Amino acid sequence: MTGRKEPRYVGKRVIKADALEKVTGAALFGADARLPGMLHGKVLRSPHPHARIRAIDCGKALELEGVKAVVTVADLPPFEEAKAAFGGELMIDQVHLRKLTIAHDKALFEGHAIAAVAATSPEVAEAALELIQVDYELLPVVENALDAMKEGAPLLHEDLYTDTLGERPKAPSNIASIIEGGWGDVDKGFAEADVVLEKSYETQMVHQGYIEPQACLASVDADGNVTVWVSTQGTFNAQRQLSALLMIPLHKLNVVPLEIGGGFGGKIYVMLETLAILLARKSGRPVKMVMTRAEVFRGTGPGSPAYIDVKIGAKRDGHLTACYAKMILDAGAFPGSPVAGAFMVGFAPYKMPHFKQEGYDVVTNKPRVQAYRAPGGTAVAFAVESALDQVAEALGIDPLELRRINAVEEGDLMTSGQKYNRIGLKQLLERVAQHPAWTQPSSGPNRGRGLALGAWQGAVLTTTAQVIANTDGTVTVVTGQVDVTGTRTTIQQMTAELLELPLELVKVNVVDTHSAPYTDLSAGSRTTYTMSVALKNGCQDLVAHMKRLAADLLSHPESKVRPEDVNYSNGRFWASRGSEQPSVSWREVAERSRTRGPLVGQGNSGRLPPAPTFAAHVADVEVDQETGKVRLLRYTCFQEVGKAINPQQVEGQMQGGAGQGIGWGLFEYYFYQQGKLLNPTFLDYRMPTALDLPMLDSVLVEVPASEGPFGARGVGEVPIVPPAAALANAIYRAVGVRMSRLPMTPENVYWALQEKGAGVTPRGHAPVSSSRGS
Amino acid sequence: MALRIPPRIPLRTTINGDPYELMVKPYQTLLEALRDEAGLTGTKEGCGNGNCGSCTVLFNGLPVNSCLVLAPEAQDGHIVTVEGLAKDGRLDPLQKAFSQHGALQCGICTPGFLMAARAILDSNPHPSEKVIRAGIAGNLCRCTGYDKIVRAIMAVARGEVD
Ligand code: FES
Ligand code: FES
Repeated sequence: MTGRKEPRYVGKRVIKADALEKVTGAALFGADARLPGMLHGKVLRSPHPHARIRAIDCGKALELEGVKAVVTVADLPPFEEAKAAFGGELMIDQVHLRKLTIAHDKALFEGHAIAAVAATSPEVAEAALELIQVDYELLPVVENALDAMKEGAPLLHEDLYTDTLGERPKAPSNIASIIEGGWGDVDKGFAEADVVLEKSYETQMVHQGYIEPQACLASVDADGNVTVWVSTQGTFNAQRQLSALLMIPLHKLNVVPLEIGGGFGGKIYVMLETLAILLARKSGRPVKMVMTRAEVFRGTGPGSPAYIDVKIGAKRDGHLTACYAKMILDAGAFPGSPVAGAFMVGFAPYKMPHFKQEGYDVVTNKPRVQAYRAPGGTAVAFAVESALDQVAEALGIDPLELRRINAVEEGDLMTSGQKYNRIGLKQLLERVAQHPAWTQPSSGPNRGRGLALGAWQGAVLTTTAQVIANTDGTVTVVTGQVDVTGTRTTIQQMTAELLELPLELVKVNVVDTHSAPYTDLSAGSRTTYTMSVALKNGCQDLVAHMKRLAADLLSHPESKVRPEDVNYSNGRFWASRGSEQPSVSWREVAERSRTRGPLVGQGNSGRLPPAPTFAAHVADVEVDQETGKVRLLRYTCFQEVGKAINPQQVEGQMQGGAGQGIGWGLFEYYFYQQGKLLNPTFLDYRMPTALDLPMLDSVLVEVPASEGPFGARGVGEVPIVPPAAALANAIYRAVGVRMSRLPMTPENVYWALQEKGAGVTPRGHAPVSSSRGS
Repeated sequence: MALRIPPRIPLRTTINGDPYELMVKPYQTLLEALRDEAGLTGTKEGCGNGNCGSCTVLFNGLPVNSCLVLAPEAQDGHIVTVEGLAKDGRLDPLQKAFSQHGALQCGICTPGFLMAARAILDSNPHPSEKVIRAGIAGNLCRCTGYDKIVRAIMAVARGEVD
């Protein structure tokens, strides 16, 4: 535990701890759990996007043979006025979570759960759903945030009043809150500018697209103890939510994590779990529930669509004078769109003398959004980075140069007004400037190159781990921290490094909520960063315990060794006094725990500052003028990663995030018509395939974070931020059209090309029902 | 009231070299039969309608989306699932390559990709990058951006993995 030498494991391409399980099919995911006597649960979902529920009749369903339980909102425990909000990347009010779980008096989106059935087979459960009679009174549909904000728009919630800094409004509204941020005086800043650019942008609702549908298995024993097996990003988060919704004390509610087949922010809130527990309680049998893909599209929490107006002022020399953005984010059926995330990201890479942003959190008849990788970030970066590209063009300055001129450094302000600690944006941009992906010209007709930056401040919260010295000399790290993306491996690497022990001796055990102390969820690019600190503390604590035992082992009757005289390095404890320098091995000391009690180091991440990260993506595209199809020729992701604990996994994060961002930019959107989703399949909701993407080159730049034993930063979120903007900028360089609305499908690009040719103003040709002006 | 469910029918088939005698529902998919009747949960369901490839298995040597095959169609057939890729305790080179190249993250798509990749290499031991990409285009992965998956398959094709 000394300030060391060349790292042995940190920074190495160590093979994933769970690789073998996953390449052999042995790993158990959400849908793989089963119990004897298990029933199958299915959910009846509203076919209407907005409807009052006059009555629900489950009588016929209960008469069907094999049906063991039916639940509706009436089966939830009595409603208590608890207003606690739940952590997560996007907060949700408990009352809203209750209403989201199962419709109360109104169905608020197509796919809203109305009732659930448990039966002896999936077929019987499905047949039973059709026997449930619901009397709906159809209500007018609020399709998008702009309509929702209009005077006289139909209300989703009669008790929702806009939350502003000012007075409480007199009438309810679909605008849940309006927030503002910034500094200085933007009007003054724009007056000082030589160039002012103003433009509006629009992005669509998209889905995280995890390949594993939500699934869970719930079991209730005779004493009312509940066990639920889930695929979730946070077991303790799920436990607290379930406890509050079902009024089950925490100690009677065990949440067991299964492998999670992708989450990206979409597996934070409980959905099926609540219903599964209710059904299991009512039927007295374990209940398993698995969503279909269409249910995943309609009934889970996608990513928020946004309308963003941007105004940027700059001096002739490229210095920004003022930046302004107004962001209207659609939260779906209940408040909680990622306005805070959007605020954090948009202008984060730049120094701005005057700065203002306004954010609107608006409800509509769509599924309640959840976090989606850097929530809010992709949309706002699409707007800001596209606009900046136009500013660069107007000023005749190279787009990379414009960003370098304005790039933030340590001590500059984050968008929150706090100061940046150590960051590496300058170094990142320097690397871009020298890289062939930027310096080699992109040539050929209809080809162009685009650049865009992204930022993510990084969530922090609290992380815990216990480091246990086993009697055989191995080490087990026990934590409730769910492994979403490879943290078992990085935990193994960091622990071996910190304890100076061979990697093979360290095993990581991710356990249920009854077997580990509380830890926050795995999200927001927080896990590796905060875990590095928790492990450092845990390992130090463990070594301190072991030094006390080692001191005894090293003592003779004639010379007593005190714990403070023991040094530890490379698997041995040394007495630092005395001529012979005797030592004992890690294993010899660890063996003593058979008689001297447990050797456990307690690790907690404590209160950490954020470790902000930046990314720059460079895209080369070719646009087919006749069809509007955009072909990706080359794609390079540059990212400042602090210290890559496992470069292979960091690259994987960068490539995966870029892939999702490219899909968001080019293909993906929820196609709604009158609040009904027309494309709830992977065929029609078009995610990138291997044929759509080139190799995704990744360039890692390392500027250590201010805190943490290795300087690691969270790396997962930021790579999804730049792609849409980088592609839009590339398309402009290729064919001269500025795309202001996502996705940039062949159709949308085609129409933009037509309009450019014809010199007419764009008017919603996109097959997107929520588009402005269509 | 009872739901009229047609009786189960016997299905004799070879899975990963072993004989199986299963009783399947006539409308059950091969995917469901593998997972629910044979207990082989390595094969995954991502969509249930042929769009994601996570249920890919080899059926008489060819890759199929097992969610689109009716179980009774597998009568007297030969099925290979991810559980059958390793032979005599030795991993398939693809399994090694996926591990070494970081070609999996969450791993839910991995069984399907391994089977699709095995089918590519069985029919063409030295495929180009383009052939590989076309061969896995029916398999969705949301975590990796495909880069490392393609590289892993290329490494096997080049004989870099034993
Ligand atoms: S589950 Fe068969 S293709 Fe998706
Ligand atoms: S590794 Fe997660 S979907 Fe492919």
